[in-house]
Amino acid sequence: MIKKNFLRNTGTFLVFGGPSIFAFIAVIVIPFFVGLYLTFTSWDVRTADTAYIGLANYIEVFQDKVFLGQLWFTLKYVFFTVLIANGFAFFIALLLTSGGRGEQWLRTGFFTPNLIGGIVLGYLWQTLFSQVLPYMGQKYGWSLFQTSWLTSTNTAFWALVIATAWQLIGYLMIIYIAGFSGVPTDVLEAASIDGASRTATIQKVVLPLTIPAIVICVFISLSRSFLTYDINLALTKGGPFASTELATYHIVQKAFLSNQYGVGQAEAVVLFAVVAIIALTQSYLLKRLEVES
Amino acid sequence: MDTHRRGSTVKNILLYLLLLVFLTPFLMIIMNSFKTTQQFVENPLSFPESLRFENYVSAYHNMDFLNSFLNSMIITVVAVLLILFFSAMTGYLFVRFKWKLNSIIFFAMLASMALPFQVIMIPLVMLYGNMDLLDMKTTLFFMYLGFGVPFGVFTFHGFIKGVPFELEESAFIEGSSRLRTFFQIVLPLLKPVFVTLMVLDVLWIWNDYLLPSLVLLSPSQKTLPLSTYNFFSSYAVDFAPLMAGLIMTIIPVLILYLFLQKHIIKGITEGALK
Repeated sequence: MIKKNFLRNTGTFLVFGGPSIFAFIAVIVIPFFVGLYLTFTSWDVRTADTAYIGLANYIEVFQDKVFLGQLWFTLKYVFFTVLIANGFAFFIALLLTSGGRGEQWLRTGFFTPNLIGGIVLGYLWQTLFSQVLPYMGQKYGWSLFQTSWLTSTNTAFWALVIATAWQLIGYLMIIYIAGFSGVPTDVLEAASIDGASRTATIQKVVLPLTIPAIVICVFISLSRSFLTYDINLALTKGGPFASTELATYHIVQKAFLSNQYGVGQAEAVVLFAVVAIIALTQSYLLKRLEVES
Repeated sequence: MDTHRRGSTVKNILLYLLLLVFLTPFLMIIMNSFKTTQQFVENPLSFPESLRFENYVSAYHNMDFLNSFLNSMIITVVAVLLILFFSAMTGYLFVRFKWKLNSIIFFAMLASMALPFQVIMIPLVMLYGNMDLLDMKTTLFFMYLGFGVPFGVFTFHGFIKGVPFELEESAFIEGSSRLRTFFQIVLPLLKPVFVTLMVLDVLWIWNDYLLPSLVLLSPSQKTLPLSTYNFFSSYAVDFAPLMAGLIMTIIPVLILYLFLQKHIIKGITEGALK
């Protein structure tokens, strides 16, 4: 009897869970552990050598000034992208939650950049930054745009931030709108009866009550911008002179173009640790500001 | 009342202006995709003198548009169907059978959602390369299934928890099997979750560049983002057809969006707030 039950349960497990669990293990679990193991070997495609070398790869990562510089560049990029994208998204969402006519259309419109993938988006902005803006700069004498932003490191950095934020704003806006609609109307009415100004209401009522949405939005924008690859590839291709390579771009180059798999993988693990620490810290800090309505 | 209404009209005008600025990059590209490259370089702000569709024709040929469009279509449709179907089944398994093994796997799936793709990317390509499985659509379907399953199972799990067990119980009493009960009673109830998940997965897979670029190597296999990249890196100075190419890759998702916009917006809200 017990045996029959066991067989039946195994059957249920395999039928309902078999394909998806198999794929999950084969695509995520095994590569994850193999990847961790590889960071402790002197793994190089050319020599096919996989000797155990302990922490040497990690030491190499932390001594590699180029990678550390790119990690710093990535952190700066993530910081400004998250800040700008969330600021705009929050502001637009605020304007779009009074339930007026046409709001549906406006939401639809603001979301559109999110439909297009990073490659197309990157080339779209590349055309603007390299052709349209310099034309306007020269015609109207705006010194800011006279040369293409993509030819100097500092301006190329901002080009990356703007293109990424442009894509993210619509997505975050939708989540903020959902967050605002969760603010109970009676609380808002109470605030207006008490004579609170609009700014005060937003600051003291709306903001604390939408902390969960802010946590999610910051998390989403953090993880998306840390992973940026295709926008980087299409917009700057790491240039000028490899000065705008974001972490992912660098890892792909290292692993698949210069065949240093072990070091590349160690860099990926370091990047993962950085992302995890920042993501956890932000949600911990923001959650402390949360209040019950 | 009147001042209120006037205030909201001013706000709406402001918002439409803001939207116009926000969408200027699109408008610029559309406008210039109808000019010659020379006209574009001379003055990117002028309106086109006539609608030149030659750019579209030449982009269509140079991008091998039809082939890559079909590749993208096949990959997206098959991968999304696989993810939806198998995640629903596994979500059901995890809700209805509280075995130790199930909760361990469920926990592992939750944890894996925090894992960035980069940590898996290198060993993944190496392992499948060693088994000679790269450059096949089947491999890509399988990988998308693996990457899509954790979030899919999580989403279905949350929804199925709320489905009353009594519904299934009566079916069991009448002698219906587990599988039949699932397909005839549970599955139809999951329709809203299917739509939500479908939207999120279609946007992800259709636009994905990195994974296909590592898996699909031969030109005939290329998806739209891959062929856009190829097209751009090899014709980098001929702007007019390039812009037409961009518009052509945007149009398919735009059409989908116009049909599904309500679901897309709902899908993102629910996907994020889960």
